[in-house]
Amino acid sequence: MVTIQLVHLAHARSGDKGDTANVGVIAYEADDYPLLRHALTAERVKAHFGDLVKGDVERFELPNLQALNFLLHGALGGGGTVSLMTDAQGKVFSTALLRMEIEVPAEVAERAEGRGRVPAGFDPDRPIPIPGAP
Amino acid sequence: MNEHDDAPRLLRIGSGQGFWGDDLEAPVRQVEGGPLDYLMMDYLAEVTMSIMQKQRSRNPEAGYARDFIPLMERIFPRIVEGGVRVVTNAGGVNPLGCGEALVAAGRAAGVAGRARVGVVTGDDLKDRLPELVRSGHELRNMETGEPIETILDRVESANAYIGAGPIVRALQGGADVIVTGRSTDTALTYAPMMHEFGWAEDDWDRLAHGVVAGHINECGAQASGGNALVDWWTIPAMEAVGFPIIEARADGTFVVTKHPGTGGRISRPVVSEQLLYEMGDPSEYITPDVVADFTSLALEEVGPDRVRVTGVKGRPATDFLKVSVAYEDGYKAVGTLVYAWPDAAAKARASARILRERLERLGLRFDEVRVELVGWDSTHGHLAGPPPADLPEVELRVAVRGRDRAAVERFTRELAPLVLTGSPSVTGFAGGRPRVQEIMAYWPALIRKEAVQPHLDVQVLEV
Repeated sequence: MVTIQLVHLAHARSGDKGDTANVGVIAYEADDYPLLRHALTAERVKAHFGDLVKGDVERFELPNLQALNFLLHGALGGGGTVSLMTDAQGKVFSTALLRMEIEVPAEVAERAEGRGRVPAGFDPDRPIPIPGAP
Repeated sequence: MNEHDDAPRLLRIGSGQGFWGDDLEAPVRQVEGGPLDYLMMDYLAEVTMSIMQKQRSRNPEAGYARDFIPLMERIFPRIVEGGVRVVTNAGGVNPLGCGEALVAAGRAAGVAGRARVGVVTGDDLKDRLPELVRSGHELRNMETGEPIETILDRVESANAYIGAGPIVRALQGGADVIVTGRSTDTALTYAPMMHEFGWAEDDWDRLAHGVVAGHINECGAQASGGNALVDWWTIPAMEAVGFPIIEARADGTFVVTKHPGTGGRISRPVVSEQLLYEMGDPSEYITPDVVADFTSLALEEVGPDRVRVTGVKGRPATDFLKVSVAYEDGYKAVGTLVYAWPDAAAKARASARILRERLERLGLRFDEVRVELVGWDSTHGHLAGPPPADLPEVELRVAVRGRDRAAVERFTRELAPLVLTGSPSVTGFAGGRPRVQEIMAYWPALIRKEAVQPHLDVQVLEV
């Protein structure tokens, strides 16, 4: 087994409900969903965030989307307009979770290498045309 | 299998706005870029109603999404000619005022006598709150369990999230543009499906499909490539992003797509991201009209920028509506300064310490003082690790919050002095003194449907 960052195995989106942030984590490959299900327990996710999450972490499974949904209670400094946080609406808790390190078989790590990060040579200033457009 | 095999009729419901402040050209692209039957536009977020209420208290004619009116003036001829109907919660806390402004806009746009505006009212509970509490509606905070009496004298706005019923009635009454207050975001999409397909109110599985369609539409381009993390650097032409369009069928199943020739991407992973946005328990997505199970749905890519959604299960609606109450809860202010290399993070942190000590010496009391270093820890906190030794620059962001307006006001005068009295290599104060902001806290509660539903009213105005 080797340790890799979750960012190479999954993408994610987060949002808010009051003082609770949610993070939906989606496996890039359906084959990796069982692995994520095993590695990303509510306890481990809570430990990963540490004092960024004051309350409990709840986990829900969506095998149909090869996804897990986490509720991070007490993560938004009161939420809404009360919060003093830059990320008062929890928009980037998603990528904060993708920093988590998990243990995977070596072949999974090899396959996932580089996934989830901008490839070398990417030029942000170059427009991306619509496929098939003249 | 050909996806159109059993589809004699498609209903196309496009998303035009995902929030108040969204891309103003998107609705124009939706009505001009290809066939469309309905355009839904979501303007309301949790804090929006209180902002609108504040505007209305200063001007009785205000209190709705103002920029909806010039937008409609622009697209009115097109939607009348094309038979596109518009459903929106742009009415905010003043749907009737919005409807009347819309009538005037329609006349200015040359569609007098050719369109009807439907106005839905009755979701606004602000004036009814004392009576509701007296008659036994506790409106306890869903998160903390506290009774609403503790904040009753500080309520700025109170609205019930209402479902599709009144929108369907307005459509039956011949309205072409329907303006509501706090309708749920999802109802703006599934109300047209109920109306056009004649779904029964207890057709739970079909309604649940409508809810999923609504959840996809309600954030605009977030379902068509915007803010999508998956392979974001490959998503084409976001400068001309096509907002999502639901192609619904009578059995509830639908395809998410967008107009040809637009930018963005509609794929299984992109749609999955949007499905998970602001998700609680995915097996219990509660709306006024049905409880949808998002773990039952299936996504399938059926063509380029086409994702089909099937299999959604629904359960009977609950006896309650959610209520969103906004109340005054003190003041806050946020200020920033920029520190440059070398040792940018150390300089910023030292200045923050100096500032905190000055606030303390002044005897100012706050409920919270928060220090972030933008460029290092403002979004991921301790997960960002220690600041890189050679960080080129960092923005110090200090925020305070408290009940005492004078203390918050004084804080806004303590930031600028740091330019000459704190750590060196500091700049970026051109924006001036921070602004004191009133905090509108959010109080989610539940109310029995029968306390709201008899008050819901639909008016149809002739343009």
